[in-house]
Amino acid sequence: MTDTLTPVLTAHWDEPDSFTLAGYRRAGGYRALPKALAMPPDDIIAVVKDSGLRGRGGAGFPTGMKWSFIPQGDGKPHYLVVNADESEPGTCKDIPLMMANPQVLIEGVIIASYAIRCNQAFIYVRGEVLHVVRRLQQAVAEAYEAGYLGRDILGSGYDLDLTVHAGAGAYICGEETALLDSLEGYRGLPRLKPPFPAVAGLYASPTVINNVESISSVPSIVLNGAAWFAGLGTEKSKGYGIFSLSGHVVTPGQYEAPLGITLRELLDLAGGVRPGHRLKFWTPGGSSVPLLTDEHLDVPLDFESVGAAGSQLGTRALQIFDDTTCVVRAVLRWTEFYQHESCGKCTPCREGTYWMVRVLDRLEQGKGSEEDLEKLLDICDNVLGRAFCALGDGATSPITSSIRYFRDEYIEHQKRGGCPFDASASTLFATSGSAGALGGGR
Amino acid sequence: MPFSDEALARLETEAAEIISRYPKPRSALMPLLHLMQAEEGYVSEDAIAFCAARLGLTETEVTAVASFYTMYKRHPVGEYHVGVCTNTLCAIMGGDQIMARLSEHLGLGQDEATEDGKISLEHIECNAACDYAPVVMVNWEFFDNMTPESAAALVDDLRSGKAVTPSRGPGRLCTWRQASRILAGFGDGQAADGPAAGPASLVGLKIAKDRGWTAPEAPDSSTATEGASR
Repeated sequence: MTDTLTPVLTAHWDEPDSFTLAGYRRAGGYRALPKALAMPPDDIIAVVKDSGLRGRGGAGFPTGMKWSFIPQGDGKPHYLVVNADESEPGTCKDIPLMMANPQVLIEGVIIASYAIRCNQAFIYVRGEVLHVVRRLQQAVAEAYEAGYLGRDILGSGYDLDLTVHAGAGAYICGEETALLDSLEGYRGLPRLKPPFPAVAGLYASPTVINNVESISSVPSIVLNGAAWFAGLGTEKSKGYGIFSLSGHVVTPGQYEAPLGITLRELLDLAGGVRPGHRLKFWTPGGSSVPLLTDEHLDVPLDFESVGAAGSQLGTRALQIFDDTTCVVRAVLRWTEFYQHESCGKCTPCREGTYWMVRVLDRLEQGKGSEEDLEKLLDICDNVLGRAFCALGDGATSPITSSIRYFRDEYIEHQKRGGCPFDASASTLFATSGSAGALGGGR
Repeated sequence: MPFSDEALARLETEAAEIISRYPKPRSALMPLLHLMQAEEGYVSEDAIAFCAARLGLTETEVTAVASFYTMYKRHPVGEYHVGVCTNTLCAIMGGDQIMARLSEHLGLGQDEATEDGKISLEHIECNAACDYAPVVMVNWEFFDNMTPESAAALVDDLRSGKAVTPSRGPGRLCTWRQASRILAGFGDGQAADGPAAGPASLVGLKIAKDRGWTAPEAPDSSTATEGASR
């Protein structure tokens, strides 16, 4: 029987020097790399395929399959780009991972690069996390010094350079082709696919783009074997992952567990929802996936089960909102975010998010009508599946799901001519009166 | 103001170093713009011209990029740029109240700076620290679990020149320009400062350790890389 929590990536974060090369080595780091460099590259791709690892950045595409799409012997340079632009609202796993253990990411980068025959890799990290940028730069420098990067790595004859590239504040750059445009020095706009990045990615060359947590999982798979990884998780969602609990829970934070754990189990570990309050709604994987409610506490958090429940596993960003939260206010704020971050390239997303905000704002102020709800759903219907990239699709998720579960609350705003909630009651520093008999936020 | 000869010589050397990190020069544009902010605090017209000249681009091409990304400022910001997360989760947890308090306390609207040039204020989007909500960033360093009171005290300390320590970051907060320099790829040697992980990052690990929970043991290493195909 597998334990409820299975720390792998997070296992040594409590060591004061876990982010250094010495700390990582002491924790067993850089044992997978010599093993990988002694294997034919295709065998590494096979192991990662067999492990069942699926992308940890939200979409869940099989990582080994992505690697196998890179044409070999094509005479072009190949590139690996780590998507470290963690910006999906609620998502907060890659940033602490790179702060506490950047070396596991680098070891994964070297193995992945070797597997796809790439000699230049990049870590595209969002710019708004200065200390993480420092830690990455330091970790890369240490890895070069130790001979893990550069020429003839560990005497294998394999060369790899790794560049840390800091972004500059654009959510859209988390979309992999927008990220490539950004890395090439352009505005971060998504590209038409096909051609897919595996064929024509960075500088029109074959490119793999993987999430931080996906790449960081690779050393453990190479070291312990595909069967070890596949022994964790559920039938089609293998392995472990970091689950990030935030909001109205007693102990928010990072919980690393096999895929398939439920919110009920995680809430039990996290001390439950704030004392005196009930779970109202939550996101299983950031704001771009449909909301779920207390009906869904026992849904296994794997790709298939969350999909069957009408949402998506996404980034395992579990934002928990209790009964003090106005769902209309929450959804309006997310929608303002999508409007702000829409890159403007395609009309459905650019115009759609603009009008979504206008209508939602009116509803939130209690000046809307039931017709406005239909108008909102109609706008969503005209954005979903018609936008150039997933940003537009994501923008519709909180709106349509909140109307599905909380239509009455939208109507209540209209009846009262305003918001029925006290915005101070939902805060971390809410007084005991508003937070229930057991007192304050935590 | 145009760069001095001394500044120009130094910037040209640093620009060459940045360009050398990439297979194609244009990829250096974003770090170059960070470098420009390290020099002047924002991206001026002279900075645009400098980047264009180094990369063989037009000033229009550079401006198109500089204006796309919110971290590039087209006007001076404070020595300490304060960002309050008001995306949904932080807003609900108190970010809206913090933003309102700081705005009133400093007399600043969105993206404005105090007259002494010390503090500028901006509401920001999700900064990937939701388990520490509500979050305030100063020069892109984390200040976790803030309240309106602690945020007001923080900006008072910054204005009076008191040393301020981020929740998860270096022992002493650096300035906006110093931060921009790091983003351009020139470290300040403070990576080892601060905790490996903050308290919320460790809660799951602590529970696992208390209960003796671990990931499964690795199988015998000789068979470990054989496939899982069954």
